[in-house]
Amino acid sequence: MPLNIRTYRDLTEADRSGLVDQIVAQRRRVADRLATVRRVVAVLSGKGGVGKSFVTAGLARALARSGRAAGVLDADFNGPTAPQLLHLPVASCTSHDDVIEPLVSAEGVRCFSMAFLVEDGHPLAFRGPDTESFVWRGALEASALREFLADVAWGALDELLVDLPPGVQRFQELTELLPAPPAVLAVTIPTPESRDAVRRALRAAIDRKATPLGVVENMVDGPFAGSAADELAAEFGIPVLARVPFHPRDDVWEDIARSAL
Amino acid sequence: MKFLCVECDRQMQFEERQLPGDGTLAAAFRCPTCGRVVALLTNPMETQLVASLGVKIGGSTLPPQPMETVRGMVATGRDDAFDDGGETGEVRGPIWSSEARERLARVPNFVRGMVKRIYLDYARDRGIDEITPAVMDTARTELGLEGM
Repeated sequence: MPLNIRTYRDLTEADRSGLVDQIVAQRRRVADRLATVRRVVAVLSGKGGVGKSFVTAGLARALARSGRAAGVLDADFNGPTAPQLLHLPVASCTSHDDVIEPLVSAEGVRCFSMAFLVEDGHPLAFRGPDTESFVWRGALEASALREFLADVAWGALDELLVDLPPGVQRFQELTELLPAPPAVLAVTIPTPESRDAVRRALRAAIDRKATPLGVVENMVDGPFAGSAADELAAEFGIPVLARVPFHPRDDVWEDIARSAL
Repeated sequence: MKFLCVECDRQMQFEERQLPGDGTLAAAFRCPTCGRVVALLTNPMETQLVASLGVKIGGSTLPPQPMETVRGMVATGRDDAFDDGGETGEVRGPIWSSEARERLARVPNFVRGMVKRIYLDYARDRGIDEITPAVMDTARTELGLEGM
């Protein structure tokens, strides 16, 4: 005779272990912190090496130069490059009672990056059991993203650009943490391989109710052949915001910032 | 995660958390009807998974510190990553015994400012005048500060 065991959902008494309340409080803290941010823009491609960070930094600098308040959250925890691209020297981050101050570039871009926290020349490594770290490492990186969103004093921003690593996992974590789906700016290089990777990422973004702003084609006058941006634009009904040469002039970013953001 | 006392058909209630300091965790749950207590014992990987989510079984009586998970978990943190000069409790508050100071000095600089603030807040919250290693041990268990 099997035991008569009620299910998890049948048990509705207050949960004194507090896990659900803690998760709810975490989400609320993210929403509260971002209440002064007009728009979150996820810069994604799904493909590595296409220049997401380069485009993110160029756009953020252009926004700041035009008088708009811009922030960059460097969500590439294992290969953070935003500080260098924003010409931001690594310095100590000031901790107040319940926030960490971002570092601010000479042009006024507010930035937070794992590069500020991890020892130069070392990988991001976590404390914990030596074996089977794959079980918890993803959860830890998602928590780091949550803390970058919720615990940094972003202040009043017109745009918070989130520089995502290759793939779609960090984007999915981002959308789960944000109170509303972000806008998305896709970056590709001209090749069919990049097109295919970006297509998957854009599809994932649309599935998550994100709003695609358009696609930026990077490295267009280099050795890469193809028409990825045009094909993606036609397929998703989004504009090609810019075609960025290998050595772009600074006003390229002003043009994209004006048209896309 | 919930526990059911099958015999009484009652949801068991969280009672107490213990951190032996070896990466494992014990959480006790009591049946409100018959009083029976069961303990959930997690292995280091399970303990780490819960901590990775930034939550504590049994909760915490203090609000989370900024970047608490990152600061508590990153093993390759820069010594000078954080300037905790703005922390509260530097002017007035509980004093530290010399043994407690020595123990605090062994905490990596990356996380030390935060750990110090947590112990100060804990002691102040409970009217404790002097922070000793015993106070630190109690706080660590009560607050679920594995590895701190």
